Amino acid sequence: MSDTHAQTVAYVRSTMIEAADPPSSQTGAIKWMRENLFSGWLNTVLTLMSLLIIWMALAAVGPWLLNSVWTAGSLAECRAVLDGTSGACFSVITDRWHQLLFGFYPPEFYWRPVLALILLFVALAPVLFTALPRKLLIFTALYPFVGYHLLWGGSVWFPVSAALGFVAGFVAYKLLGKVNNLLAIFAAILTPVLWWVFAAGAFDAALSSVMPLGLEFVRSDRFGGFLISLIIGVSGISLSLPIGILLALGRQSDMIFLKTVCVVVIEFIRGVPLITLLFTASLLLNYFLPPGTAFDLILRVIIMVTLFASAYMAEVIRGGLAALPKGQYEAADALGLDYWKAQRLIIMPQALKISIPGIVNTFIGLFKDTTLVVFIGLLDPIGLSNAIRADTNWNGIYWELFIFIGLLFFIFCFGMSRYSMYLERKLKTDHR
Amino acid sequence: MKKTVFVGAFAATALVSGLAHAQSTLEQVQSRGELICGSNTGQAGFGAPDANGVWQGFDVGFCRALAAAVLGDSNAVSFVPLTSQTRFSALNSGEVDVLARNTTWTFVRDVDLSMTFVGTNYYDGQGFMVTRDLGVSSALELDGATVCIETGTTTELNLADYFRVNGMSYEPVPVDTAAEAQQQYLAGACDVYTTDVSALASSRASFAEPGDHVILPEVVSKEPLGPVVRHGDDQWADIVQWTLFALIAAEELGVTSANVEELKAGSNNPEINRLLGTEGGLGSMFGLDDDWAARAIAAVGNYGELFASTIGDQTPIGLARGLNAQWTQGGLLYAPPFR
Repeated sequence: MSDTHAQTVAYVRSTMIEAADPPSSQTGAIKWMRENLFSGWLNTVLTLMSLLIIWMALAAVGPWLLNSVWTAGSLAECRAVLDGTSGACFSVITDRWHQLLFGFYPPEFYWRPVLALILLFVALAPVLFTALPRKLLIFTALYPFVGYHLLWGGSVWFPVSAALGFVAGFVAYKLLGKVNNLLAIFAAILTPVLWWVFAAGAFDAALSSVMPLGLEFVRSDRFGGFLISLIIGVSGISLSLPIGILLALGRQSDMIFLKTVCVVVIEFIRGVPLITLLFTASLLLNYFLPPGTAFDLILRVIIMVTLFASAYMAEVIRGGLAALPKGQYEAADALGLDYWKAQRLIIMPQALKISIPGIVNTFIGLFKDTTLVVFIGLLDPIGLSNAIRADTNWNGIYWELFIFIGLLFFIFCFGMSRYSMYLERKLKTDHR
Repeated sequence: MKKTVFVGAFAATALVSGLAHAQSTLEQVQSRGELICGSNTGQAGFGAPDANGVWQGFDVGFCRALAAAVLGDSNAVSFVPLTSQTRFSALNSGEVDVLARNTTWTFVRDVDLSMTFVGTNYYDGQGFMVTRDLGVSSALELDGATVCIETGTTTELNLADYFRVNGMSYEPVPVDTAAEAQQQYLAGACDVYTTDVSALASSRASFAEPGDHVILPEVVSKEPLGPVVRHGDDQWADIVQWTLFALIAAEELGVTSANVEELKAGSNNPEINRLLGTEGGLGSMFGLDDDWAARAIAAVGNYGELFASTIGDQTPIGLARGLNAQWTQGGLLYAPPFR
């Protein structure tokens, strides 16, 4: 036995073998490729075909993009530099980027829209990220007036007197809230309107004459380019969500008059193309207004775009409301919450969470729809691309402008999309 | 209660608008201190903003002349870019005071759309451009061709008329803008690109190889382009019309932006004196002062100078005067006498 044992000892290992690397076909890039790209003959063929298509696209566009000219003064100079070879002429962007971004905004005031954009992000931050101190929301509430003053300028007392209307409404609500809730709501609506109609003008004029403060006024027809897309898009987005929520709630309401009004508004606006609303804003409204009234075209467009987006938003949110189990409503009732408290504390947080993809979808759609204003002659980036081509230096430029404009829009739309994914992950409370 | 307020507000609006309607266009422009001119969204040479946002071009120049005549300042104009779909509604609704935007004078537009065409500042016509490789030398050889055509314009209708009259067939490739048309044509999506000859010339000048393309000799339509005002304000129509005539007459009489100040002091030619306001008192007859024409000419030059500086053969657009020469030079420009 001992012999046998001695013999086995000779070839039985006394130590563990070092763990070997897995075979090369089962690890790293090769494994990933086998599993994801070449996992069967059909997938292999599809992979190869896709690679071929990507290669063909790159071979067609790549040299043109790489061989681009950035510093020429005109298309003819570009062609001279390229000397017959195929290449992009991005010099038009070098020459006119400021126009594509700001339109004809006076160059010495470019800091104003830039500052307004930076402050916009500051104002949005507490809304987007709950970790930030809630005190910042005060700035968010003030931002519309600050932003307006930065962009348009004029007397500083105009936005101040407009803001005071809201303050007056809030004060009226607080004072009467102790007496009667319904009365307080009416007062909160009526007081600002009365202030704006009767007192705001005089207040503005009085303070402007006593203390003329403010940035230089910039007319609306100087606005253009991406600035106009952002103004219309941001105002439309931030106004359409609250209005959409109210419309959605109105549509669910038991009050027959309110419900009918909301249904008619939603269905009418959804049934009409945006282009029609824009034409109405730019042309039809002028027939009803007294001639000489300078009702700003950008303002008219913002109103129409907001109405349009609100109708869609209302339906998206109604979808979220419909997806909530009835038990949630009943639970709210059982807790003895009144209508608004139930909405604020129980229904809306859940309904809005469900609707996030739809809401962001509407936002992105709205932002891209702002390019439709080109049809009513506002010089948004697309409209400016026409104007730039009308310059004999750049007549004949085509793709370069669209690539630049597309990139600008992509940055913002992609940002919104990523944020909505972050929000969905953060709010995810179920265990599906 | 609410209803009464609404009705009251509506009545007040109607009243205010009624009162304001009573104000003539001239009074509106003067009280505003600014002329609002409906312009192109961008057409090379005729009207487009330059790199600094200053509007330039042939039609734009006319608006500046009008502003100089009415307000004494050629920069007191605000240009509203209008598309071919919105231009007439914008004029009719009072959004603009005058439309100077490559608009063809037609019966329906003049009568049915209630426009007043005050004259013609550019005589255009529709032509065809083809690649030299196609080997076509006349539009009559275009049977069966694919044609790039901008929708919603008179050129679309003219094209159908021309091919029907000559018993030919064609396949339209509808496009929306001139830039798109150029791309389609250069990419070979259509054999023929048709639009006004002036636009064809400026398109061809922008191509990498202009020599590879020919503009066929046939001009298949009449396109008298001119400034337009609303029906119903004859005083304003007269002012716009005679400002145009003043520019044309100034060229005929040899008045230029360079010598207008000198000639204003008085000259031996009584017609020049009446034009420039030293005799006759013409301007006060339609509510302006007598220097109106002198100011317009000083601002942009006479018709020939304006043409040469914006679209003439020394510019990249490179248009010859052709039909747009004075009647004494074999063209169609013919201003009625200033007396």
